[in-house]
Amino acid sequence: MTPDALLSLALNAVSVALLAAGVVFVLAGAIGVLRLPDFYTRLHAAGVTDTLGAELIVIGLMFQTGWSLATAKLALAGFLIFLTSPTATHAVANAAHRAGLKPLLSRHQPAHPRLRAELEAAKKSEAENTIEAIETADKAGKPVRTGKGRAS
Amino acid sequence: MIMLWINMAVALAVAVAMALMLSRLFAGPTLYDRVLATNSFGTKTILLLLVYGVLTGESAVTDIALLYALINFVATIAILKFFRYRSLEIALAQMSLRRAIGGGDDE
Repeated sequence: MTPDALLSLALNAVSVALLAAGVVFVLAGAIGVLRLPDFYTRLHAAGVTDTLGAELIVIGLMFQTGWSLATAKLALAGFLIFLTSPTATHAVANAAHRAGLKPLLSRHQPAHPRLRAELEAAKKSEAENTIEAIETADKAGKPVRTGKGRAS
Repeated sequence: MIMLWINMAVALAVAVAMALMLSRLFAGPTLYDRVLATNSFGTKTILLLLVYGVLTGESAVTDIALLYALINFVATIAILKFFRYRSLEIALAQMSLRRAIGGGDDE
């Protein structure tokens, strides 16, 4: 085997390894965005894996093109993605936070004690409201509405 | 020859990721899910264009990918700014100034 063929083989092997890693990251990010329960978790899946996966794929392609103008353009595209992707992710997160979108802390119960106390108080007041509604409805002689939500 | 097939496999995987991102774009419950999916879809479009450019050896496709990278970022920021201030006329610096004075109604 000539040295040139050996070099080409080594470059291709490095390229394939980088491309495979990048594809794994990109697909993991896409599946995470599709399946995670909350906006902020989806943001985490998309923002973190997109940057790394895109960079890996771009660098893997740069190993295929050799020293040419295409490599410079690929490097420029990778640089742009490296700058803009985390900035855009941060902008989306900041906009959602400023708009008042609350993160999902737990499916059943908040982890923080103060939030848990607030949840208990809200449940209690809701139950009282329901009892009051039933009593007033009894006095008025109307049929009692069942089900969740505010009775008014 | 085998590198051609590997590049095609990478393009296919990126296309699958784009399809998943598109489903989140249509299903997303909030506006920010959609913006996130749009931004990520644009990043994957850039990747697909780059892979296609290397695959076919056409240098012009890489230029389109560069242009798309710039437009994608600007579009994301513009969408977020519009849905926060409901206007694209006033610069963000003046918005923060107006908020500091207290004349704004954007909060």
